[in-house]
Amino acid sequence: MNGIYLDNNATTRVDPAVVEAMLPYFTEQFGNPSSMHSFGNKVGLAIKKARMQVQELLGAEYDSEIIFTSCGTESDSTALLSALKAQPERREIITTTVEHPAILTLCTYLEKEGYKVHLLQVDHKGRLDMAEYRQLLSDQVAVVSVMWANNETGTFFPVVEMAELANAVGAMFHTDAVQAVGKVPLNLKDTKIDMLSVSGHKLHAPKGIGVLYLKRGTRFRPMLRGGHQERGRRAGTENSTSIVGLGKAAEMALEAMDYENTEVARLRDKLEAGILAKVPRSFVTGDPDNRLPNTSNIAFEFIEGEAILLLLNKFGIAASSGSACTSGSLEPSHVMRAMGIPYTAAHGTVRFSLSRYSTEAEVDRVIQVVPEIIAQLRKLSPYWDGDGPAAEPEKAFAPVYA
Amino acid sequence: MWDYSDKVKDHFFQPRNAGVLADANGVGDVGSISCGDALRLMLKVEPESDIILDAQFQTFGCGSAIASSSALTEMIKGKTLEEALKVSNQDIADYLDGLPPEKMHCSVMGREALQAAVANYRGEVWSDDHEEGALVCKCFAIDAVLIEDTIRANNLCSVQDVTNYTKAGGGCSSCHEGIEDILARVMVERGETYTPGSAPKQEVSPVGLTNLQRIRKIEAVLESVRPQLKRDGGDIELVDVDGKTIYVNMTGACAGCQMEALTLQGIQQKLMEELKEFIKIVPTKVSSLTRAMKG
Repeated sequence: MNGIYLDNNATTRVDPAVVEAMLPYFTEQFGNPSSMHSFGNKVGLAIKKARMQVQELLGAEYDSEIIFTSCGTESDSTALLSALKAQPERREIITTTVEHPAILTLCTYLEKEGYKVHLLQVDHKGRLDMAEYRQLLSDQVAVVSVMWANNETGTFFPVVEMAELANAVGAMFHTDAVQAVGKVPLNLKDTKIDMLSVSGHKLHAPKGIGVLYLKRGTRFRPMLRGGHQERGRRAGTENSTSIVGLGKAAEMALEAMDYENTEVARLRDKLEAGILAKVPRSFVTGDPDNRLPNTSNIAFEFIEGEAILLLLNKFGIAASSGSACTSGSLEPSHVMRAMGIPYTAAHGTVRFSLSRYSTEAEVDRVIQVVPEIIAQLRKLSPYWDGDGPAAEPEKAFAPVYA
Repeated sequence: MWDYSDKVKDHFFQPRNAGVLADANGVGDVGSISCGDALRLMLKVEPESDIILDAQFQTFGCGSAIASSSALTEMIKGKTLEEALKVSNQDIADYLDGLPPEKMHCSVMGREALQAAVANYRGEVWSDDHEEGALVCKCFAIDAVLIEDTIRANNLCSVQDVTNYTKAGGGCSSCHEGIEDILARVMVERGETYTPGSAPKQEVSPVGLTNLQRIRKIEAVLESVRPQLKRDGGDIELVDVDGKTIYVNMTGACAGCQMEALTLQGIQQKLMEELKEFIKIVPTKVSSLTRAMKG
């Protein structure tokens, strides 16, 4: 076995069939799609095909609603900045406390530029309060941006319903759907979602390619101006090779949609139940009844996530953590904090994210290894005593701040 | 993934001296659970000799926190308390063949646990003397709290000032936006507005000192460090003051000493704090001059 990769929410491996589809576009079909000659023309046709493949995966009404970008972050920035530019009289943004930094950091910046940013809170399971949302909606709101599924916990947000509500007050609705696309059936033509971000490398396409879905009729102001590419909405020579790859990946994701939601979900459930049964003082974070089929986020109390990851890595197992140390910041994951997970557990959260390449044998191996690792680290922990936490752990060890 | 040295990995995967030390007579608990790093250091000290007979640790933290704890226990066992207290956080990092800048605070935590455990053994109360903030300058591992405090204490108003006082921003310069944000925030507190590109305040900060007053202040600072230099068999004398450049002559054992550059840096810092302006200290011998300025 060549390592067990359970970090597919971070990035995925490019499917060999996707690589195969891409290869001719490096050396044989290298033309610029804008050129008149046949070198360019064939590339133009390939991009057209890819656009339709993505259109189908998203359930978009028109293929011209698909704008290829360089990544999910570019799509997010383009969407929000466009909404603000196109509606200068509206000065407010609504988003959530648990968004990806691609949205949150941008919003912090926009706040400094004078915009009012409303952050929707979540409850202990990471769910939004729709009453709070309704209250914040007004004719001052330029755009609402809410992720389709949270990257750390997999928890879904009711974006379709939220888009309807935004539409009713004339606000644009954007969703960062990089984790959901390819794992959740989408039918954007039947929704009021104006803009949606896709990231290729989350669905077995290469890194460096993304999509902004822009519903026809949504007022738009480009971020990159220049050539006529993407109908003037995203200038810059097309990343034709990766666009072809993303098209193929979209087609394959559509074919694998059932498998993702049955078999991958079954393996995820088996992994989660196996770990919880063997590891005391561990629990699932987020909303287990309403989440991505591939994601499980487990908090292991009284130990720290980076240490867990380093030991997992020694066994060839790849996962990720919400601890402060893995990011070099001083606080554990903002998602865990927003859900009110105590520090003693938030630092010990580990996200396992599967893909359609995950196997039963891999899951069995992880179930076998994880309890040993947790026990080993708890032996080092000042909060742990023998087989359980120290009596009144918060009092048994109350360090001076350093 | 962090670029951990093999030594860090070794001490993480096979931590030395982990677990509870049953007959400890000095215990130090430091760290912060919100930051995700906390350490309990347990010492067994022989009262007659003050020698650390045994040391064990328990750590809630990342790979480098566990490795730093393990390294610390190895380094201090067999030492007297006085010797052990000389172990600096840089010594711990060096012992581990270095730590990433984001992780230097793990070695600081080790050093503080040691101070706390020794204080506990001596029946004293140890209190932490610094607060840690988010890492701003990755080249020199300078955090936001240190930058904020320095701006406040010295009325700084430009990124260049901040670099001169703290080194933050003196490397790759990618953190300049972050430093500007902190400047803007702190300057508002004192009723000023941050303007990018504004030169360091020229003749305002010396608060109207005459040349004579300045020179007296400089001499007073040199006087205050003189006993320390003399202890090491050296001395320092003021040669000249030319605007913001202060020329000195290092004599005795200090001249050409490997630590000269470091010593001068320390004196320069002290002078800046005292004069409340940016100055440059220059040793008059050319050879040592190049060294000092590189430091």
